[in-house]
Amino acid sequence: MEEVADKQRLDRDFTDLYRAHLRDVYSYAYYRIGNHHDAEDLTEQTFLQAYRHFARAQRESNGRPLRPWLIRIAHNLAANYYRDRSRRPLTQLEDAAVLTAPHDTETLVEGREQVKEVLEGVSKLPDDRREALIMRFALGMDNREIATALDRSEGATKVLIHRAIKQLEQRLGEEDDD
Amino acid sequence: MTDGERLEHLLRSALVPLDPPERLTDRVERTLSELTEAAAVELTDLDPAAMRDPRNWARPAAAAVVGTLAGGALVVVRARQRQRKRQGSSLKSLERAVRDAAGDVERRFRG
Repeated sequence: MEEVADKQRLDRDFTDLYRAHLRDVYSYAYYRIGNHHDAEDLTEQTFLQAYRHFARAQRESNGRPLRPWLIRIAHNLAANYYRDRSRRPLTQLEDAAVLTAPHDTETLVEGREQVKEVLEGVSKLPDDRREALIMRFALGMDNREIATALDRSEGATKVLIHRAIKQLEQRLGEEDDD
Repeated sequence: MTDGERLEHLLRSALVPLDPPERLTDRVERTLSELTEAAAVELTDLDPAAMRDPRNWARPAAAAVVGTLAGGALVVVRARQRQRKRQGSSLKSLERAVRDAAGDVERRFRG
């Protein structure tokens, strides 16, 4: 019956993981893919795959948080999504997210256009840079978590984020000049 | 505020976390529940003769509790609760729990 108790504990832990990170996975999927329909598919597939490999992941995590592992599953599935269907990310995210996202009043008044420009700029970045920014700003992940999710060193991740911001800054600057 | 800080502020405003739509939570939880129910359905495929060998008990017992996930497969949990109350040999209790769970699953599918 020890095996049964282990399975019960495992299922409880997975339920906790699901509840804690559904929003993270969905946010990542949406900003990565660019439309709600496919983001929902990707989110569902991520949790299905996570469920299948949860016992092993938990065993190997040595108590470390599993969010980077979960986001890495979503990252791999998103890569397959583009490879299998020969798709590219949409250049513009569906307006629904920008308009329904809980921006504060100040942002609504002065920044909606800027926010749209930033989102468009992010969507045009190379995949790895775009992903790093999504993880940092939409999910609030630190360098170590992002490094684990992208299978890179912390140093390389720091450089990646720095370059992503610089490239975005440059792109937005060029658009302002036009 | 420097240009870099301003851009980071804009990135935080642009990349806000998004709440998943209710239809998605329903869908994911339903799918996970179906997975756990599928584990319960495995019970119906068990060969009663094979259940006389204690080495085969772990699989149905594990399948019987998979259903705790996401509130799914309550039928299996009920089977376990009944199993605990029963007296008699472990083998007979387990066989009865398997039959009950299989019956519950079939009734749910028919209903």
